[in-house]
Amino acid sequence: MTQWEAVVGLEIHVQLKTRTKMFCRCETGFGAPPNTHTCPVCLAHPGALPVPNRKAVEWTIRLGLALGSEIAERAVFARKNYFYPDNPKGYQISQYDQPLCVGGSLAVPGVEPFEIGFVRAHLEEDAAKTVHVGGGTGRKIGAERSLIDFNRGGTPLVEIVAQPDIRSAEQAERFLQLLRQTIVALGISDARMEEGTLRCDANVSVRPAGSDELRTRWELKNMNSFRYIGRGIDAAVRAQVALYESGEEVEQHTYDYEPETDTLTPHRSKEEADDYRYFAEPDLVPVEPAAALVERLRADLPLLPADAIRARAEALGVEDAWALVTTDRDPAYLGLVAGGVSEREAYNFTMNQSIPAGADLGELVKVAKAAKELTREALSGAVAASADAGFSADAYLGQRAVSDTGELEPLVDAVLAAHPGQVEAYRGGKDGLLGFFVGQVMKETGGRANPKVVNELLREKLAS
Amino acid sequence: MIDTLRLTAEEANDLLTRGEASSRELFDAYRAAIDERDGELRCFLRLCDDVGERIPIALKDVIGTKGVETTAGSKILAGYVPVYDSTVAARVKARGLSLLGKTNTDEFAMGSSTENSAFGPSRNPWDPTRVPGGSGGGSAAAVAAGLAPWALGSDTGGSIKQPSALCGNVGLRPTYGTVSRYGIVAFASSLDQVGPVTKTVRDNAFLYSVVSGRDPADSTTVDVPPVELPEGEDLKGLRVGVPVEMRDAPGIEPGVADAVARAVALCEELGAEVEECSLPRSVEYGLPCYYLIAPAEASSNLARYDGVRYGFRAAGDELTAVYERTRDEGFGDEPKRRIMLGTYALSAGYYDAYYGKAQQVRTMIIREHGEVFERFDLIVSATSPTVAFPIGARADDPLAMYASDLLTIPSCVAGLPGLSIPCGLSEGLPVGLQLIGPQLAENTLFRAGHALERALEFDYVPERLR
Repeated sequence: MTQWEAVVGLEIHVQLKTRTKMFCRCETGFGAPPNTHTCPVCLAHPGALPVPNRKAVEWTIRLGLALGSEIAERAVFARKNYFYPDNPKGYQISQYDQPLCVGGSLAVPGVEPFEIGFVRAHLEEDAAKTVHVGGGTGRKIGAERSLIDFNRGGTPLVEIVAQPDIRSAEQAERFLQLLRQTIVALGISDARMEEGTLRCDANVSVRPAGSDELRTRWELKNMNSFRYIGRGIDAAVRAQVALYESGEEVEQHTYDYEPETDTLTPHRSKEEADDYRYFAEPDLVPVEPAAALVERLRADLPLLPADAIRARAEALGVEDAWALVTTDRDPAYLGLVAGGVSEREAYNFTMNQSIPAGADLGELVKVAKAAKELTREALSGAVAASADAGFSADAYLGQRAVSDTGELEPLVDAVLAAHPGQVEAYRGGKDGLLGFFVGQVMKETGGRANPKVVNELLREKLAS
Repeated sequence: MIDTLRLTAEEANDLLTRGEASSRELFDAYRAAIDERDGELRCFLRLCDDVGERIPIALKDVIGTKGVETTAGSKILAGYVPVYDSTVAARVKARGLSLLGKTNTDEFAMGSSTENSAFGPSRNPWDPTRVPGGSGGGSAAAVAAGLAPWALGSDTGGSIKQPSALCGNVGLRPTYGTVSRYGIVAFASSLDQVGPVTKTVRDNAFLYSVVSGRDPADSTTVDVPPVELPEGEDLKGLRVGVPVEMRDAPGIEPGVADAVARAVALCEELGAEVEECSLPRSVEYGLPCYYLIAPAEASSNLARYDGVRYGFRAAGDELTAVYERTRDEGFGDEPKRRIMLGTYALSAGYYDAYYGKAQQVRTMIIREHGEVFERFDLIVSATSPTVAFPIGARADDPLAMYASDLLTIPSCVAGLPGLSIPCGLSEGLPVGLQLIGPQLAENTLFRAGHALERALEFDYVPERLR
């Protein structure tokens, strides 16, 4: 029987969080009342001309540098012609045969590390937002009417095209997590799928494992979380393998992934073959980034998440390092380690606590060092207040947890005596009940008991 | 009594400066001339009433004017009132010029006679049975008939130079990038340029100095050298080339050829070194190259007219029907023809053979002109192969109409400045002399044009109106 392997290429759109739009001076308007951030340029009035947003060009170069791309000496904006209500000019200004960033790759660390190449990254403008009203599905088909909000129209968008190097849904999710973290670390986008500032389409095909052929692919659209992207890829792979194994062929199609039913449905809007009639945008001159600018942007790059993971992996192991960095906790972790907290304790502290942005890490170091000794309230209170002006750890350091076994032992005994059924179940193998007993003791002490000591006492008593 | 037929813009300005006429009196004099003659000539699509501090001006209706309907001669923009001023409109207003009105044009500036205007043709003040040229025939006829002291037009392949020639005006198509296109209803973005239409070269140079210069709202604009108002009366030290392919082009009327030959001889008398030169590929391939690039860009530029946000909207029971009927009823034949040509030229499978090839030819034309301008300061030819033709004569023959621009198109494709000045009459109708220079050589064109204008002593008032 044939072993099948998935071949997945991703196209990622990232909305840049510049103050103004790509080709006009309108402020970008996420959340503003509809059609309040518009002007002759982004509404395509006669005679209006685009002027490129310098910051968006620089940020695209910054992203390209972070992805190891080559920065073009001469990039050209092109018109992508298509007629659609969300596209008021009748063309989108994009880049075609001369994009700003070419090539590059992202090495994804892990127990099984892998590397995904990039074809290109280019800068373009976002379409306006269409809202379909009535009909129940929120989609165009069956809607009673469609409304357009031009606030989003013209927002800078970077399209990143990855090579078809991904071999599984897990790899796709992991790659996207790291790419997203890289974009966030660069400060160029919030990159949130749920808000549409990060969007991803997947091109999926399968082939006999070990072969290097590229078979007919399906394009998957409208997946609004990394998890659904993974599930969409799995669904496409299953369906294509089934087709091949029953002797049928796979035909090129575009599908929407339906998370409720875990199935693919044909994407309805584009039945005809596209001919975008690209040509160089005559209203703009080519972008020719000066070498000095590129070098300045290169020198300004922050520590990239992939490098941070590899650096933390020595002390934490690669999976914990991954968890730390991809949840944005690396800066807090580093601050604690710099203050003398051990790597493992700093990791536990940052992963278990929601440290607010702008926290006074110098003061939090004191809290982290005393973490085992403090009451839960003291810990959470200190962390919550750590970004407040004039935050001092001292006020919380006095609230030590009760670690005195002499004081805790009678409480532990009382809890066990009160729950004979659970004690029997635990001894019968239900280890999970330990948490229940700890919780009961904590309740008795108003949360002031040192959970580590309570744990030890309980294990001792339950074992005997 | 203000004689608007005779008065140059410079003289009108002098009247104002010396206190001999107020801006109101000047404005009213032109309005009176419009009332008298525009019923026949139909230069203006609409008139304005706000009087500024200085002299008046007329603007071609592709030039966007805040609060004043701007249609580009098309039904699809009927009722469109811009919410912003084009940069050139803002610049003339900032100098205190008052807007007399918006002048007629072929629809979206596509044409050589104004017969493609959705609002009917304008007529030539020298002979109202003939066309004033196009697309900027309204501006040219208005200046020639004393309905405006000067005007702005726009030129893609000859729309300033050709009507100026046919109406006996001075018309400048400036170097691409010297005048902002912001707010100009686009036809073909890589070719469109706004420029002045005037009675004299000095007026032309002055108006060019008002509207030209870099504009942050148009990325394709460049810094422009200071404009020098021409004073001299000779051409000493100027090397003038006569491209033989333009001199001997098929279809040049004998009367036109004679007037141009006399002007070339005059160049020598005025001290220029005159020699033949050659632009073989530019003349042979200029027209086909233009008629691929311009429609391709137009097909994209005109996609925005969908009846949704502004202008004309046809009724329909669903969105696609509204789009289709709006565009079907809103566009005339010529825009439709060019949208189809351009869409085809850009299509997958045909791009390389048509649009891609045209871009290569354009590069070749630029290079060929560059080589000529290593040896010459300017080149001269007829502006139009013919004098003004009768209304209707070419209306059913697009190819004959396209040939009107045979001589103006090559330098437009190359992005070069061209000045048309009247150089005599043929069959009682004006003949235009085209002076073309290298990029940013407007001052050379003004200097040469001014000296020739002095020597030629052409009377720009149409004979029948004297």
